Amino acid sequence: MPGPSELEADFARAVLDAKADVPAPLVREAPGVPARRFGVYRNNVYASLIDALAARFPVTARLVGDAFFRAMARAYAETAPPNSPVLLRYGMGFADFIASFPPAGPVPYLADVARLEWAWHAAYHAADAAPLPLEALAEAVGDAASATLTLHPTLHVVRSVYPVITIWHLAAREGEDEPARIPADGEDALVVRPKLDVEVRRLPAGGAAFVLALKSGACLEQAAEQAAQEVAGFDLEANLAGLVVSGAIVGVGAEP
Amino acid sequence: MAQRQTGPIPPRAGVGLKPQHYRDILDAEPDIGWFEIHAENYMGEGGPPHAYLTAVRERYPLSLHGVGLSIGGSGPLDKDHLARLKALADRYEPALFSEHLAWSSHDTVYLNDLLPLPYTEATLATVCGHIDEVQEALGRQMLLENPSTYVAFAATSMSEVEFLREIVRRTGCGLLLDVNNVFVQAANHGFDAAAYVDGFPAEHVGEIHLGGHAEDADDDGSALLIDDHGREVADPVWALYARALARTGPTPTLIEWDNDVPAWATLFAEARRADAVIADTVWSDALSADQHGSCVAV
Ligand SMILES: [Fe+2]
Repeated sequence: MPGPSELEADFARAVLDAKADVPAPLVREAPGVPARRFGVYRNNVYASLIDALAARFPVTARLVGDAFFRAMARAYAETAPPNSPVLLRYGMGFADFIASFPPAGPVPYLADVARLEWAWHAAYHAADAAPLPLEALAEAVGDAASATLTLHPTLHVVRSVYPVITIWHLAAREGEDEPARIPADGEDALVVRPKLDVEVRRLPAGGAAFVLALKSGACLEQAAEQAAQEVAGFDLEANLAGLVVSGAIVGVGAEP
Repeated sequence: MAQRQTGPIPPRAGVGLKPQHYRDILDAEPDIGWFEIHAENYMGEGGPPHAYLTAVRERYPLSLHGVGLSIGGSGPLDKDHLARLKALADRYEPALFSEHLAWSSHDTVYLNDLLPLPYTEATLATVCGHIDEVQEALGRQMLLENPSTYVAFAATSMSEVEFLREIVRRTGCGLLLDVNNVFVQAANHGFDAAAYVDGFPAEHVGEIHLGGHAEDADDDGSALLIDDHGREVADPVWALYARALARTGPTPTLIEWDNDVPAWATLFAEARRADAVIADTVWSDALSADQHGSCVAV
């Protein structure tokens, strides 16, 4: 008779792997019964994980349809089951999985839409913080190009070579018959939740590099230089103002 | 701002707090006894879940129900998870804390389901150790919920009720009696649900759960009930609930409806029905006391 931990290991393995044998130490009341009953657990585990992903990635699901999405989510759950009972954290690697999932190849922007949805979800649950108003920022920064900024804890940047924000918007309001005008260029998204609502904004050229540099601790001058490598004539003032009105900045520190 | 209520959960119906209903609840402030949350849904750092829960908590008593602690697991409890539960309990001051006689994690994998365990001397000792640890960490008594199961283990050497009784005796925890789980198990394992309820240690029940189940079939065509929390409470489960209440007396009772969550009005109607059963229990006690002559009519 196996001990409790071997029994549990057998059970867990068989729940996760539909092709595994049903654990022997179950009571066999009637032919077929243990397998059918055990199937309830197999189904519960995967259905609940797929449902969680479908709720977290609704636009991704809409873009490929329910059947495809559920098969893809199942493949992800089989490869990467959760490793924490806090299911809010589940799905962080889903976008990367989609990018390497051959059947999703014909929808090349799908992984970036999933990235945007993950950023939205992460911003929704991240720590709250009060954005710095413009006057306070102006007072603290002045002309100091050496100032560093503390960005909002909910802030995420999603960069895409596809028009990911436009696709996300259009797919999210499917059914409204407005002609779709999809830009040819890629879009970078700023995702931030200054109060209760998550906001998704399109960043101007160089904006993503600027924000990511600030996020990694660069001062304003360094961040603007990095942005200028991507786009000639990067407008520091306009980008900074955009971040302020988005509620993306919560604090200022000056470099020594 | 209203004074947060810190007393016990009233012996009335409560419902699971769902994001779909946040606005209904805060706008209308319905007359309902209390709310229960799944602890893990509030383990994010901030955002709307905490903002709404804070507002609801200012108006209603709260019960904290964990689904991921894996108390029935063979390995040690997840200390980080226990710390998260403690932080949540400190922040929201729930009047009750409950978890399941089940396991859900193995090694590093979280299976997101309440999985069954054999009832043996060895598992009894492990579960009691875990409950001691939880009660110590949280600084309070917890309630342990009877599971719904679909398989049984050859190794099991005692009944579930015996197992629960012994846990209560050794740890001093209380019990959460899920009446739908009893009904589902009785159908699936072929025992008498009424006898289970009649043998349950009613004096230790601090909360009752009532949920919906789905009907499926085994390969041989016999009924297989699935505890899906996705619909109304079935009529025979209401009858079993009345039977349980007659033994426990008026007890906080949760309507569990976690999947295909209905409009607020539908959920509220289920809670009103449970309140009516509780009221009936009180009156039938009074009437039977009358019949037994403990009160003299004039
Ligand atoms: Fe329950």
